[in-house]
Amino acid sequence: MGFRNIIGRRLGLGLVRRRKPFSTATCDGDGNGNAKSINLYSAINQALHIALETDNRAFVFGEDVSFGGVFRCTTGLADRFGKARVFNTPLCEQGIVGFGIGLAAMGNRAIAEIQFADYIYPAFDQIVNEAAKFRYRSGNQFNCGGLTIRAPYGAVGHGGHYHSQSPEAFFCHVPGIKVVIPRSPRQAKGLLLSCIRDPNPVVFFEPKWLYRLAVEEVPEHDYMLPLSEAEVIRQGSDITLVGWGAQLSVMEQACNEAEKDGISCELIDLKTLLPWDKETVEASVRKTGRVLISHEAPVTGGFGAEISASIVERCFLRLEAPVARVCGLDTPFPLVFEPFYMPTKNKILDAIKATVNY
Amino acid sequence: MCLQLTYVVKSGLVGFPLHQLNTKILPTLSATIPTPFPLVFSAPIVSFLSFIFSSPLSLPSSPPIFSPFPSSLPIRKKMATAFSPSKFAAQPFPLNTTSQNNPLTIPTIASPFLGSTRKLIRLCSSSNLNLRRRSGTVVAVSDVVKENKSKSTPNLLITKEEGLELYEDMVLGRAFEDMCAQMYYRGKMFGFVHLYNGQEAVSTGFIKLLKQQDSVVSTYRDHVHALSKGVSARAVMSELFGKTTGCCRGQGGSMHMFSREHNVLGGFAFIGEGIPVATGAAFTSKYKREVLKEVDCDHVTLAFFGDGTCNNGQFFECLNMAALWKLPIVFVVENNLWAIGMSHLRATSDPQIYKKGPAFGMPGVHVDGMDVLKVREVAKEAIGRARRGEGPTLVECETYRFRGHSLADPDELRDPAEKAHYAARDPITALKKYLTENNLTSEADLKAIDKKIDEVVEEAVEFADESPVPPRSQLLENVFADPKGFGIGPDGRYRCEDPKFTEGTAQV
Repeated sequence: MGFRNIIGRRLGLGLVRRRKPFSTATCDGDGNGNAKSINLYSAINQALHIALETDNRAFVFGEDVSFGGVFRCTTGLADRFGKARVFNTPLCEQGIVGFGIGLAAMGNRAIAEIQFADYIYPAFDQIVNEAAKFRYRSGNQFNCGGLTIRAPYGAVGHGGHYHSQSPEAFFCHVPGIKVVIPRSPRQAKGLLLSCIRDPNPVVFFEPKWLYRLAVEEVPEHDYMLPLSEAEVIRQGSDITLVGWGAQLSVMEQACNEAEKDGISCELIDLKTLLPWDKETVEASVRKTGRVLISHEAPVTGGFGAEISASIVERCFLRLEAPVARVCGLDTPFPLVFEPFYMPTKNKILDAIKATVNY
Repeated sequence: MCLQLTYVVKSGLVGFPLHQLNTKILPTLSATIPTPFPLVFSAPIVSFLSFIFSSPLSLPSSPPIFSPFPSSLPIRKKMATAFSPSKFAAQPFPLNTTSQNNPLTIPTIASPFLGSTRKLIRLCSSSNLNLRRRSGTVVAVSDVVKENKSKSTPNLLITKEEGLELYEDMVLGRAFEDMCAQMYYRGKMFGFVHLYNGQEAVSTGFIKLLKQQDSVVSTYRDHVHALSKGVSARAVMSELFGKTTGCCRGQGGSMHMFSREHNVLGGFAFIGEGIPVATGAAFTSKYKREVLKEVDCDHVTLAFFGDGTCNNGQFFECLNMAALWKLPIVFVVENNLWAIGMSHLRATSDPQIYKKGPAFGMPGVHVDGMDVLKVREVAKEAIGRARRGEGPTLVECETYRFRGHSLADPDELRDPAEKAHYAARDPITALKKYLTENNLTSEADLKAIDKKIDEVVEEAVEFADESPVPPRSQLLENVFADPKGFGIGPDGRYRCEDPKFTEGTAQV
């Protein structure tokens, strides 16, 4: 209950206090025009409707998308745009993504849906070896920039081994693609439209926990949010927290509790993981001197490691404490042990205190 | 002309399957089936029902209601198609003359271990002779039905004990799945649970023919496969509840049933992931037999998977490997026509999956998966082939799931008429009818079995309820072979027992 309000209120305020203007936005995304209170899957649905409306060579395909998808993100698309543009594929992720690359190479906008991010691994080869390198190895004669791959990722409470994984780290290691993760419905719509229209292949991970839980005022018109710009969603002076996706809400709760102990936390949403906005994070760390990164994926080799290494490179003398990472454990994603595996609010709070009192 | 081909056993077993047909939908027809193609059976010819198919291009754009091969489609006037004995032939000549396939030329492989196909052809030709002799035994359906009325029980497919065993296994599967649904809605188990109601004939038909050392690889719809293989209902229910007494100590849940003792190599949440694993297991048994010379090692592996998986690359890769190396494996396709919300007919260029077998050099068989006796007969032959070292078989079982894809699936997409059609062909009711009509057993016996199974399932639930929840330290176990590699800190204790490991916000 408080959680929803947090997302609604905090993010709204964060947008007003942003330091950089949205460079590619067609509006300021601040609720100009009609804004309705909708959840994440509806926001994504709206974004897809707009994307298909504004480009008649855009396609949405994947497993079960024509009836609306298992998370209802693609409802109404097949009825409105026809089965030639919104269609089901057989159950072959490698085929889906490879086929999408081909569509994109011929100038179409291919929006592929992978039903769960856990199933993206058969397509990993196509993404890493083909999508990421297409422009590079053809000398810019061809490119698959029109490809956007959407996949629900992250823990959902009861997903178990194969419905809860966060594979963003694997993709962040691949030069040539972009990795984008929204935190809320308004961000999701703007970011997804930017991803679809971005001239590079993008992997867009949607936090499945938030599909129904996150509700926010989302403008109904077409707007885009810039990629590769991190956002400071809460100002603070004692420690910088960096995260993305559903984890931000957990970090937000930890920040609120830390505030009661007098620790003022600055919370940054990376939004785009690859290429990520180093300047914003660096500026924040220069202000606070401490940084904590949190993500659901296992800690070893997770994206937090990259952020940590970059920050240390840039801000070594400014750091007052080691970079803290509060992440999932180094085990396969468990079923019954999920609460112990996850980087929960208490773990983050402990780490905040430890870092501040270092 | 033939609309359907029915091979019947000389002894007139066909009484049973025919009663199962909704003759409005699937007109049977009587014809003498000429058999120019050889059967490799050494066992008595069994009866199969098959559907005719016209070329896939003529299928309507929306899926037909009742069966994949509706009789309203134009029927090509060709002879022996579909299900013909040549499906078991070494030479994979597809009999459906609407296809454009050319007979494969079988390459010969020199290595004695991985088998030479020359041997296979010779074997085939000797049984050609057998077959030609036997072809006279294939009679028209209507003739045999008449015959059946005057025959007595020795011509039945199963004995009383076998019948009761099959019945008990199917009822166990059904009762267990129904209990799972109840428990799920009461919040005792969580996660994604996929129930097997309606498909019991496939599991029972195949797995009850296996020995303990044979392996089974399944999908996420694996509770009943585990139960049929011999894993106790208590262990499976505890696993679903996430308790330590579960078959995997509560680690995996619904989709990950493993059993070392019964050689269940897992449920796999990811479609198609189990098939290569099964292929490797089959290779091991062949290796043990032929290279390590363990003569009694004729273990067979069964890989179960669905219709959606048949469009996945891993499936084709494994068909190729298994046929190439003549592995003792049976690929069982549980074609329930739906992959969550995607109709098989709209997702597959040629919906007749069994035809993919001959394309890779192995027999492809289609069987009515709602009839446990038919499945059992096909399974006997396929498993027998594998045990004798003759290689893999692809068996397509046409079956149906009565519930939705998972317990979270509202199941709104399927036509109620289609559901009703298959509900009328409930395998348990069919077997019950067969057993009672053929005087193999009485209603009272069957009711006693029902009651016994109810007690078993209830006891399983109680057991699972009372079992302890796994300790937190189990979270860090078994990541690697050596637990000290990861889960144990420098002080020798598990990292999670370190006081700094904060309690999560939920109790498990």
